[in-house]
Amino acid sequence: MDSYDVPESTPSASSRPEDYFVGATPLQKRLESIRKQTSFIPTPPRRKVPQCSQLQEDVDPQKVAFLLHKQWTLYSLTPLYKFSYSNLKEYSRLLNAFIVAEKQKGLAVEVGEDFNIKVIFSTLLGMKGTQRDPEAFLVQILSKSQLPSENREGKVLWTGWFCCIFGDSLLETVSEDFTCLPLFLANGAESNTAIIGTWFQKTFDCYFSPLTINAFNLSWMAAMWTACKVDHYVATTEFLWSVPCSPQSLDISYAIHPEDAKALWDSIHKTPGEVTQEEVDLFMDCLYSHFHRHFKIHLSATRLVRVSTSVASAHTDGKIKILCHKYLIGVLAYLTELAVFQIE
Amino acid sequence: MSPQKRVKNVKAQNRISQGSNSFQTTLSAWKVKQGPSNSKNISKHGQNNPVGDYEHADDQAEDALQMAVEYFEKGPVKTSQNKDKTLEKHLKTVENVAWKNGLASEEIDVLLNIALSGKFGNAVNTRILKCMIPATVISQDSVVKAVSWLCVDKCSGSTKVLFYRWLVAMFDFIDRKEQINLLYGFFFASLQDDALCPYVCHLLYLLTKKENVKPFRVRKLLDLQAKMGMQPHLQALLSLYKFFAPALISVSLPVRKKIYFKNSENLWKMALLAVKQRNQGPSPEPLKLMLGPANVRPLKRKWNSLSIIPVLNSSSYTKEYGKKEVSLSDCLNRSGSFPLEQLKSFPQLLQNIHCLELPSQMGSVLNNSLLLHYINCVRDEPVLLRFYYWLSQTLQEECIWYKVNNYEHGKEFTNFLDTIIRAECFLQEGFYSCEAFLYKSLPLWDGLCCRSQFLQLVSWIPFSSFSEVKPLLFDHLAQLFFTSTIYFKCSVLQSLKELLQNWLLWLSMDIHMKPVTNSPLETTLGGSMNSVSKLIHYVGWLSTTAMRLESNSTFLLHFILDFYEKVCDIYINYNLPLVVLFPPGIFYSALLSLDTSILNQLCFIMHRYRKNLTAAKKNELVQKTKSEFNFSSKTYQEFNHYLTSMVGCLWTSKPFGKGIYIDPEILEKTGVTEYKNSLNVIHHPSFLSYAVSFLLQESPEERTVNVSSIQGKKWSWYLDYLFSQGLQGLKLFIRSSVHHSSVPRAEGINYNNQY
Repeated sequence: MDSYDVPESTPSASSRPEDYFVGATPLQKRLESIRKQTSFIPTPPRRKVPQCSQLQEDVDPQKVAFLLHKQWTLYSLTPLYKFSYSNLKEYSRLLNAFIVAEKQKGLAVEVGEDFNIKVIFSTLLGMKGTQRDPEAFLVQILSKSQLPSENREGKVLWTGWFCCIFGDSLLETVSEDFTCLPLFLANGAESNTAIIGTWFQKTFDCYFSPLTINAFNLSWMAAMWTACKVDHYVATTEFLWSVPCSPQSLDISYAIHPEDAKALWDSIHKTPGEVTQEEVDLFMDCLYSHFHRHFKIHLSATRLVRVSTSVASAHTDGKIKILCHKYLIGVLAYLTELAVFQIE
Repeated sequence: MSPQKRVKNVKAQNRISQGSNSFQTTLSAWKVKQGPSNSKNISKHGQNNPVGDYEHADDQAEDALQMAVEYFEKGPVKTSQNKDKTLEKHLKTVENVAWKNGLASEEIDVLLNIALSGKFGNAVNTRILKCMIPATVISQDSVVKAVSWLCVDKCSGSTKVLFYRWLVAMFDFIDRKEQINLLYGFFFASLQDDALCPYVCHLLYLLTKKENVKPFRVRKLLDLQAKMGMQPHLQALLSLYKFFAPALISVSLPVRKKIYFKNSENLWKMALLAVKQRNQGPSPEPLKLMLGPANVRPLKRKWNSLSIIPVLNSSSYTKEYGKKEVSLSDCLNRSGSFPLEQLKSFPQLLQNIHCLELPSQMGSVLNNSLLLHYINCVRDEPVLLRFYYWLSQTLQEECIWYKVNNYEHGKEFTNFLDTIIRAECFLQEGFYSCEAFLYKSLPLWDGLCCRSQFLQLVSWIPFSSFSEVKPLLFDHLAQLFFTSTIYFKCSVLQSLKELLQNWLLWLSMDIHMKPVTNSPLETTLGGSMNSVSKLIHYVGWLSTTAMRLESNSTFLLHFILDFYEKVCDIYINYNLPLVVLFPPGIFYSALLSLDTSILNQLCFIMHRYRKNLTAAKKNELVQKTKSEFNFSSKTYQEFNHYLTSMVGCLWTSKPFGKGIYIDPEILEKTGVTEYKNSLNVIHHPSFLSYAVSFLLQESPEERTVNVSSIQGKKWSWYLDYLFSQGLQGLKLFIRSSVHHSSVPRAEGINYNNQY
């Protein structure tokens, strides 16, 4: 087959056309960045090891504690249009009404103001990577006690939060009408997530998509989280591989003592503070070869579906549990990166 | 009302409307009645339009439905042996149509009467009632007639219950309710029936107006409540009465209790959604662009949205949030902004374009042609960005080859792509989201799934730098191109032709608009032309290779020449300074083709190239000044070379001298003695049959024909004969490029400025 080469072009244009394409509108800029993204390797070959002191001072420790040790389902979210932090109270009221209306579909009439739920919007002050990152916020649905005497807040039925940690690449491309909180984490019944997501989509013209984590990114997480210095390990480092076979798929679990994992990492790791693609690959290859020596199974031929460490654990379905307070921001920064990649 | 009477009634109506008196024509009469105002506007795109759907629907299905309705009209034929079979068949037909597209209000009228008249058994009545799903609306009269059947007690209790449930479920689709409201007393009396009571309550709940609340009714309701206990449905009705006339009801009703009605809609849930969707279609005027998914998707993973495309809602919602306190009057007379719901016509759009209330979800514009106009001309960044994000994410989410086992949604995704493509055609502009989507999805595409849609998306890629787009799109497309069938190759060439055309149109507009608007791409004309010329060269390369792979297929060559028919006319048709010739691999394949139409097309293209080059030359001479876009002498040389070859072959019978040069020794080795004239208009394999027919026409009784006898005067008669056979391209070519002198010679274009 011929090699394709462009013959000398007819118009005697002096320079390459690329020089003429100076993106004028943000849409154009976006398209250009997508082109770049698509034509090169999608992820940068090196990342920072999460630093422990990144969490801002003014974060409410109670709220942070609330976010830890829970399983969150991940979504990516396009920028919110005309969202305003000064209207959170109003949003609580409207979302409350919306949820009630949705839940009552098929019911004829609502007499009185008998909402059994309460919606609370609150900001997560300080939950950001840079000063430019917009404030994260939390939405909670509480069940209200039926008894009038006991008018305390009841059980938390559903929680979701929106955040943006080091979302610079996204922030650059939108105007001030938009609020970029590309990462959304939900905990609670899927039906509630659906209702609340629908309300946000209708109100702020945004779009939620489930954020899944492929094996490639799971490996990165494994390496980065192993690299974190943890004072005392609360969990073993565990990997889960899935072998597609019928009638039931076979799962292979591979647990390592976290100190062994760390030792392996330290033997691989070269530049302090940074993780490179080669190091990630090497780390995984070492695990593979070790496993092969013992069980004669090539794990590289299977699919990595879950990674758990003392820092956090992540499932390919887009479920995450963050265990370590110190590295919360670091974990979220990587998730934000994945979310931004999905919506770009 | 007896059946007898009713038929007469229908006949009477029929006579009024159509002057026909056979019942059979009434169905078609309805269609005609619905038709005229719309039919003109319905283009082939009218998929979502129920009326359009109906008209375009398979004739067979329509006939079947018509027959089924007639069958039910006549009632069961007692003597027929396979009565059950026929009945079943017709029932099935009605059910299928009803659940798929809904029934016309006239069909519902007929069938509803049948179901309630007790002509058939209970089971049949139930089935008919269950499929009384309107295409758009139900006429009030049908309901009134149906209710009148309830009085004569021909149907069973369960049928009645089902009827009330149906009435409640379809309440919103009844076109008017005044007459139904007149039957309030009748419905109220039906509360007596314990089985009906909950459903009648629900109906009354929907129907009650203030004037319906009367003391005697309140008393009756309270009596019932005393008799039956605290029933939620009675309470609901009572609380409504209390709302209208608090003075009449002194009983305290539990305020803090939720009140339920038995859910009457369950049976028709999906159908109701479908009808709502049909009814929500855009305003009747721009029927040309009926967009939106035609059938309802199952709720599945979707977040309670019926369709991919959000429903059009004005954004009052968002706006009002900005204010601290929203008063009712603010909402009602939001002065200065024009609500979308009222936007029905293009003039309205023009008048209110400055104060249009935008939809809360920008994606919904895809379903509304008027708003498409709007986003086409608005340069408001947030508007475009919202649409961009929505479309990008939706495409990504819906794309079926991203996810394994997602092929069940294939139809839906195809429809969605069709909708986008229609919008793009309508706007004559591609969306950036689609381009970004192609970057991501093309490398994963199998070349089969949604092929037509995908290639159309390619043809709507907005104009941009070819060298930037090539590695992202065209290199992937080329891989598929070379490894797929000839049909795929042809489709790709076709869509590349459309892409070229779109780019050219865009550029030719852009050049003229430049002083007025700010083009999104800050490009120079030179840069743009370079990009277009690279695209053409790329297609030239694809075509040449494809010709070799497909062993010079005539079919493929047609598509290639179609592309060059666009290319050769760029200078004149689009007023853009660009002439790119075809590569030799295409030119000679076409010249030596066995197919006359190919050769004819080649002649036409050469003729147009000549026109364009001559026009360009003329402009150069007029302008005197050396502009950036003077074509290099190489282009003229190339053209003259092709021209010499062509005239040498077809006209002067000196084929292998200039142009195609073949060493005389090699020609001798072939052993063909008379090679010189073997490619002229008489002996060329694709013309030979014409020459023979020409001679036979001249002298039909001749046993042997000698084509070489076509000479001198006969030669020009022969040419006239060829022209009369529809070879217009050849005619134009010969007229423009061949000097009619004793010594025919090629008329090249002088490229040394010595014109």
